[in-house]
Amino acid sequence: MSINIPGAAATSSGASAAPASAQVPDAHGRFGQFGGRYVPETLVYALDQLESEYGKAQADAQFQAELDELLKNFVGRPSPLYHAKRLSEQVGGAQIWFKREDLNHTGAHKINNTLGQALLTLRMGKTRVIAETGAGQHGVATATACAHFGLPCVVYMGEEDIRRQSPNVFAMKLLGAEVRPVTSGSRTLRDAINEAMRDWMATVADTHYILGSVVGPHPFPRIVRDFQSVIGREAIEQCTERLGRLPETVVACVGGGSNAAGMFYPFVEHGDVELVGVEAGGRGNQPGDHASPLTYGSPGVLHGSFSYVMQDEDGQTSPVHSMSAGLDYPGVGPEHSYWKDTGRVAYTSCEDGGAMKAFDACAAAEGIMPALESSHAVAKAMELAKGRKRDEVILVCLSGRGDKDASEIARLKGVKFG
Amino acid sequence: MSAIDELFAKLRAAGRKALMPFLTAGDPDLEFTAAVLKELVARGASMCEVGIPYSDPIADGPVIQASYTRALDKGVKLRDILTMLGETAPQLSAPVVTMVSYAIVYRHGVEKYCDEAAAAGLAGLIVPDLPVDESPALAAVCAARNLSLIQLITPTTPRERALKICETSTGFVYYVSVAGITGERTALPPELIDNVGWLREQTKLPICIGFGISQPEHVKLLSPVADGLIVGSAIVRRMAADAPREQKLTDVGEYVASLLAALD
Repeated sequence: MSINIPGAAATSSGASAAPASAQVPDAHGRFGQFGGRYVPETLVYALDQLESEYGKAQADAQFQAELDELLKNFVGRPSPLYHAKRLSEQVGGAQIWFKREDLNHTGAHKINNTLGQALLTLRMGKTRVIAETGAGQHGVATATACAHFGLPCVVYMGEEDIRRQSPNVFAMKLLGAEVRPVTSGSRTLRDAINEAMRDWMATVADTHYILGSVVGPHPFPRIVRDFQSVIGREAIEQCTERLGRLPETVVACVGGGSNAAGMFYPFVEHGDVELVGVEAGGRGNQPGDHASPLTYGSPGVLHGSFSYVMQDEDGQTSPVHSMSAGLDYPGVGPEHSYWKDTGRVAYTSCEDGGAMKAFDACAAAEGIMPALESSHAVAKAMELAKGRKRDEVILVCLSGRGDKDASEIARLKGVKFG
Repeated sequence: MSAIDELFAKLRAAGRKALMPFLTAGDPDLEFTAAVLKELVARGASMCEVGIPYSDPIADGPVIQASYTRALDKGVKLRDILTMLGETAPQLSAPVVTMVSYAIVYRHGVEKYCDEAAAAGLAGLIVPDLPVDESPALAAVCAARNLSLIQLITPTTPRERALKICETSTGFVYYVSVAGITGERTALPPELIDNVGWLREQTKLPICIGFGISQPEHVKLLSPVADGLIVGSAIVRRMAADAPREQKLTDVGEYVASLLAALD
């Protein structure tokens, strides 16, 4: 038997790697060397069942038709493509355009995935849903999908995130979901995923875990990417129609990386389009001050998948920080690690302060309050636009709206609010 | 033959069963871990399972999670755990295995981890987040060092897959009593005995049952169908009690003695 230890020959630069393929993952859930399935045996059955059901659903025209109908009339897709003219003028350079996922029902891209997975839940004959949430957007989107289909829903959320995203906590409760506070570890997204996995260990027979990002064990990174790819497919269609061509550059923020994966994936084979992923730079580049595993981390295992992760020399997950709850995560989806090592996507990071400035600029110039997560992408787009030609186009995935962040922004700015 | 193979050959010849206590390394410190290991074996534990604290243990319930968190908060390092085991294991008449996340094994280096485990006199590994499909590489490295790589079968494992796991597991096969996380339970699932009975007919490998086992009644009920039983949270909880160390050592020892009395 040949010994093939994933990552044994890992390089952190993509210099010698083969070009990125869109034909990933393979049958073992591998994106190059990344991905796989590092979970307790108890969960393997549920993952196999999900993989098999997803395969059947993909081949079922009725499934796709039902999802398309929901995306159109329940979510409000296609989401608009918007030219942020005043912001572009203020920056002075390339044109900045937004893919308006913030205008979706529930205010973010997360609903694209939760509706798809809720349909899979019903197809598998499961009667209960669990989910994790960081910023609360995935929690709200899951609670919404569950209310729509009459499925009971439990959302795990770290105590720290419950504090900083309280409007979404209340929304989940209004939608009929039970929000279970997670008090272990860092009390953020990472711990919420641990707790959801533990619930699932005991409930796999009747419960589906609607994981909200392109992370976790196979087949989640693939399924979530596929459901989110509607973002990139629409963007290609809209750019072709409105601009007569594709943008020069596409920018998205990366926590676990679901909006970025959905935006980038359809562009992967358009090799002349530059793709830029923006991680949370937090307070700075010291360990514990940021949440940028692709920029500062190393390959390892977290939450069932082999990918870049912030870890210490023993493989213990390191503390991370971002002012944005949705990016405050030490790991990242395995396909992003693959895109990093193949060089297809350039990953960079944006600090809290830069993202906050972009939020302010966007609100003032465009009348659009982006989510703090999406503000990281806006900041990078503004930086890239400067000094570029005025006929160049930078497309930003505006993954969510900032209403949920109002009280946290007030706190960060030291403003008394409400 | 690994030390575990030898142990079960001996136990089977004598018509006896194994009891494998689990304890967390470094909770509250490695000196105490070594003392408890010696006490457990002195009381008659057949082998010991040492949990390497991990920051994100998905398969563990609140008791073991909390013990990992306490140990990590005190700064326990893998290097120090392996040093302690290297000093302690050779003094014990029972094999010692580590329960360790693949995140740790991978980060340390798969070959390096196994080299150091073998050098420390350990008998094998249980890697709870490395299902059989992902395990061939580690299995080959373990085999080359005469370390057992113990794999798990759970109530959700389809029977065909269980056969595949039996083919690749070495030392023994770990049958997880319940679909769920670790932790003491009063009642065990009624179908457990039948499931283990079925597995018994499929493999010559020793079968040890773990998860949820904490009472002498469980031991009485399960020891006829298994080759061994694994007890974790009940021990970790006693080790974490708010009591002087000597007292805790005696409590853990007496507790294990009560389980051993129910074993044969």
